[in-house]
Formats: sequence, structure tokens, C-alpha cells
Amino acid sequence: MGLTRKDLLEIRSLEPGEIQTILDTAASMKEIASREIKKVPALRGKTVVNLFLEPSTRTRTSFEIAGKWLSADVVNVSGSSSSVVKGETLVDTARNIEAMSPDCVVIRHAASGAAHMLARVLRCSVVNAGDGMHEHPTQALLDLLTIREKRGHLEGLSVAIVGDIAHSRVARSNIAGMRKMGMSVTVAGPPTLIPPGVEELGVKVARRMEDALRDVDVIMMLRLQQERMTANYIPSLREYSRLYGLSLEKLRGARDDVLIMHPGPVNRGIEMAPEVADGPYSVILEQVANGVAVRMAILYLLIGAQGGEG
Amino acid sequence: MDLLIRNGRVIDPANGLDAPGDLLIQGGRVARIGARLEAPPGTETVDAGGRVVAPGFIDIHVHLREPGQEYKETIATGTRAAAAGGFAAVACMANTEPVNDTRAVTDYILAEARSRGIVRVYPIGAVTKGLAGRELAELGELAEAGCIAYSDDGRPVMNSALLRRALEYAQAFGRPIVSHAEDAALSEGGVMHEGFVSTDLGLRGIPAAAEEIMVARDVALAELTGTPVHIAHVSTAAAARLLRDAKARGVPVTGEVTPHHLILTDEALRAYDPNAKMAPPLRSKRDVEACREALADGTLDAIATDHAPHALTDKEVELDHAANGVVGLETAVALCLTHLVREGVLDLSTLIARLTVGPARVLGLPGGSLAPGTPGDVTVLDLAREHVIEPARFRSKARNTPFGGQAVVGAPWLTVVGGRIVMRDGRVAGDSGW
Repeated sequence: MGLTRKDLLEIRSLEPGEIQTILDTAASMKEIASREIKKVPALRGKTVVNLFLEPSTRTRTSFEIAGKWLSADVVNVSGSSSSVVKGETLVDTARNIEAMSPDCVVIRHAASGAAHMLARVLRCSVVNAGDGMHEHPTQALLDLLTIREKRGHLEGLSVAIVGDIAHSRVARSNIAGMRKMGMSVTVAGPPTLIPPGVEELGVKVARRMEDALRDVDVIMMLRLQQERMTANYIPSLREYSRLYGLSLEKLRGARDDVLIMHPGPVNRGIEMAPEVADGPYSVILEQVANGVAVRMAILYLLIGAQGGEG
Repeated sequence: MDLLIRNGRVIDPANGLDAPGDLLIQGGRVARIGARLEAPPGTETVDAGGRVVAPGFIDIHVHLREPGQEYKETIATGTRAAAAGGFAAVACMANTEPVNDTRAVTDYILAEARSRGIVRVYPIGAVTKGLAGRELAELGELAEAGCIAYSDDGRPVMNSALLRRALEYAQAFGRPIVSHAEDAALSEGGVMHEGFVSTDLGLRGIPAAAEEIMVARDVALAELTGTPVHIAHVSTAAAARLLRDAKARGVPVTGEVTPHHLILTDEALRAYDPNAKMAPPLRSKRDVEACREALADGTLDAIATDHAPHALTDKEVELDHAANGVVGLETAVALCLTHLVREGVLDLSTLIARLTVGPARVLGLPGGSLAPGTPGDVTVLDLAREHVIEPARFRSKARNTPFGGQAVVGAPWLTVVGGRIVMRDGRVAGDSGW
């Protein structure tokens, strides 16, 4: 069974059943990673272009490996969003790539809505690998897969998302996905980094981080971009770390079996103490492994033999 | 030019008139309104067929882009767009290249308007040199050259002491200052209204307070100096409330609102459409309702389009990088008739007032009335005409509108400038075979 859509742009427009299909497909893809020869012919003859216009190593690598294990030809195009703006526009770039007949373009871009814009122009499939502060759907899917593996189900679980919610596409995609799957979400962070009207997304806002952590099944820490300090969102990294960093001490109020997640890369010592990142409840590396499986599933479902292209 | 418009429903809010009648223009000025007027020899006659005959509409906020950005618009194309949209006069903002901060630029605009323009063009001069917000422009020379007001529109004058001096100095020339009210520090980096929708879309927001703060400051400076301040494109409930209170206290302030701020909310950004990006941004439903109320009760004196033409290359980019602004001259009248009059927000006479006598008084312009002796500018409306907004057919060079494809009811049918017909039933002076 494939997805009956051309693109994967955002979690918010997926049906819960589609999320289920993606997670089930990803779970079955995981077995490929353990093979001696990590290759299946599912996407032989298909071309995937990774158009990464914002720096990214892990997401690009993850998509590249996913495509290659499925036997697709994977081409990486990188650049910066700003240089594309100055000369060739994003639409021009997209039309030029389209002229080379790819089956799928995976785009990472600093501007919210860039993947939507590309999807309107291109006939081939478009996968959003992160657009500005809007969404990062494959990250949310790999997070859901990781939680489901660890807990056996998603419905009824509770999650605390902590940190810079305002600027986080990971938070937006996860909130959308978790709500759709029947999970409850509490966000916490400096009030300057909690965006207006966030409750309308169906989440609770905790005033103190400790309140958010109590009794939840999952703690998801977000990466703090260091430039937030210069714009006066926070007075110092030191204070941020003290109030909103996940330390062993703060963990004392949490459940014994709580899962600790982070989309990476971790600012060790800022949003998370090293002993927490490397501790027994951290599933950060499982998230990375599941990233490849989820991206294989997405590529397969969108452009595979039974994919719902068009 | 002599013209007799027969068989109309003459609505002239400045003189409290709404009655069937004929309108005679002689020597380019209104001569008479009456029943069954005779056409003197050599007078062109138009049968209005019962349509609404109003004073020529005035848009006190447009960007004609010339000199300097002729790829977006020119005085020729911009005034043709105005005529097509039922506007007999426009006031054009100073953010050209070079900026209209010297006599030479004003002279150029007026010369182009005379030779290639087809409606009246009133230049607005800069408040500060180069719109840089640091030094006063030569306001006296700009007034002598023909500027009818001053504005750094597009940029707020952030320095309150400088704006205070500008307001004091402008008194010598009897010209108001038009304020683009936006606290630049609060709006920095923002691309849309700040609220739930910006949170949902992951776009940087501009809080309503960015406008409110500057309107409060401008009201205080108008009160301090006694010089009239006109607030451009009011978009928030708070700004409307501040203006209402200030007017009640007798402070010399006025305000305008655009059709898009009266019709659309921040929900229009949902598809990341760059044609829904402008400054100030589309606001919340509550703000739209407050602006409508303020327009109806006279707190807001005028509807102005903030016609901001852009080329496709300025708009067909990521929303973060897209230019601010929408075109308005060719859609304003139909949109207002459809969304304001038909929906019962304003009666027809009030809408006409906000497009005629209201804007004329704000900037001290001639016109806006059909009193004998006033300029023979007329707009005739066909209230029944149903059509679809088609950007491809605009007379403007630009197509940047979020209203393309929308069905509307009502349209301008005739535009007359000084007794000369410049648009008739969709055809504009200078069209082939005109």
C-alpha cells in the first residue's frame, strides 16, 4: 500500500492512518540495515535529488543512505538559501532540476513554505526535509517510530517538549503528529521562546520545566540556536542551561522509565547534561537509526512501484 | 472640456446629495446639477442609464515607482490603472529612485504626469533626505515644487525628535505629514501578523503593538505641534481606537485604511502566497472588524489602496524574501462594493464619501465634491456589473494581487478628469481604437 499523495510536506495534513502506514513500512525497512548486503531493488531506476539549501549533515546523509539502500540514484545538490535568492530563484532552480527528470526532490530550506512552493511548481514528488520554522515531517515520524518501538503503542502517552518552541520546526511537526496519534503534549521553555497562541495547537504550556517533566512518558529536548542570545530571547547560555537544561537533578522528578529524546545535534552542557545524553533512558542514537528507516519508507511509499504518484 | 452626463443617480456626500439628475461640466469644472439639463453646443453627452454619478474618486496612497523602478510601474501605466479603477486622482509616495526629496524629482513626476498621465497626480515629498530618517528634506522647496504632503512611507520615522521638528517646520507650508506607523524594532524580521496563524505557519510575526505604539506617538506629536498627522494604512483595532479617542479630543489626526485590510485576515497567508504579504500585514478578524467599524463611524476618513506594484521576480520567491505590497487601483472599487456595501458594512453614500470628500480633506486637495466650480472629475459606477477579477487584464504593469479569480459585483463604468473621459465601460484612454 502506498500513499495517495504526491508530496510529503507537513505532518498536519496527514491522516492518522497514513502516519500508521508510514511507521509500519519503516518498521519493516529496519531489517535491511542488519543485512550483510544492505540493498534492495525497490527504487532501481528512480532518481532522488537532495536539494539542501541550508547546512545539514545528518538529515542529508540519512536521506542519501535511505535512497541508496533502496537502489535509487541519489544526487546531492547543496548551496545556501541566500545565494539562491541573489541570482537564480528557488523556482528557477526547481525548474532546472525538473528538466533532468528526477522522481523525487528532497528539500531543506531556511524559509518556511519553501517546500510548498516547490511542490506547486514540480510535477515530481517533493519531500520536506525541513523548511524554516514550519515543519520537519520526517523528524517527527522517526520520533514517533522510536517512541512506538519503546512503548509498543502511541495512544495515551504523554510528552514534554522543552526549549525553543518558537523557532522549532521539529516541535511543530511533533506536536501535529503526536496530537493526531492521541498523545498529550506539554511544552516548556523561556516565555520568550513560546510562540503566541501555541495552546491552539492542542498543547499545554508549563510555567516551570519541572512541572512539564513530572509523570510524562517522553521528554523531548530541543536544540538551542546560540544566536537566540544575541537577540535577547535569553540573557545567557548559563542561565538557560540552569533553568531549562535537562540535568540529572531535574530528572529526579520524572518517571523512572522516561524516554529522553533530542533531534540532534546536542549542545552538550547547554540543553542537556552529558550524563543525561549518554544515560540509560536516552534514545538519541535510536532516533538516528530510525531516521534512515523512516526516510526509506517515505521514498518507497511516494515513488516506489506501488506509490501513489500523480 | 464640456461634458453632460445625463440620467444618473447623483450621489455627492460632500453636499448631502443623492437624487436622480444630470451633471454638466463646462471648462473642465462642475457647472450645474439638475433635472433634464440642455447640452450647450459642442458639449459631449453621455447617458448614464440610471447609474451612480459621483465625484471623481481620489486615492491618496499609491506607489507609481517612477522614477527608478519602471520595471514595476510607470506614471503612464499607473495612471491608466487608476482610470480603469475609477480613480480620477492619485497621490504618489516618495519612495522612488531617487527618492522624491528634491525639487528636481517632483518636477520630473509632474512633467511625466502632464505628458503621459491620464489622471491627476499629486506628489508626496519625503520627510527626510533619502527616507533615511536622519536629516529633514527641504520641505519648503518640495511644497513650492508641488508636493501636497510629506511622508517617508515604507519606512517609519523612528526618531521622535526629528518627526517633531518636521511637524513644526511643515506648518509654514500648510502640508500634513503622512505616517507609516510601525515600530521598526518590534517588526524587524517579521513577514506577517503575529498570532496563532504565524505560530502555526512558522513565520516570523509582527505584533499589532508595533503599529499601536507608533500611532500613540504620532498622536502625541500631532497634539504637541498642532500639525495634522495622517496615519497611513491603519490595520489594527488598537490604532483605530487611538485615532477615535484623539479625534474626540480635537487632535488634528486622520486615518486611512486599505481594501485588503478591510477584507482579508492573516488566514490569507495559509498557502504562503507572497501576494498576501504587505506592510502592515493582514491582521486578525477582530482587527478587520474594528477597521470596518472605524471606517463606518468616520474615525477613518479615507479608503486608500496603497497600490504597490511589483514585478513577478520580486514576488515569485520564498515568502521570507518576497517584496511587501499588493496592487489595488483596479480592484478597490469592485471589492468595496462587494464586501462593504453588499455586506452592509457601509451604505453606498458613505463608501463614496470615503473615496471622495474624505481623502480630499485629509490632504487638502481640490475635488471630492460636485459643488459648482470644483474640478470636473467624475466617477460613474455600475452597481450591477458582475465580473471576475482577472490580473492578466490589469492596466498596471503588475499582477500582485491576492484577489485574482474572485467574483465581484459592481464596477466603475466611467472616469472623468476635468471634463475629459479617460475610462468608459472598461476601455481606457489610449487603448487602440479609443
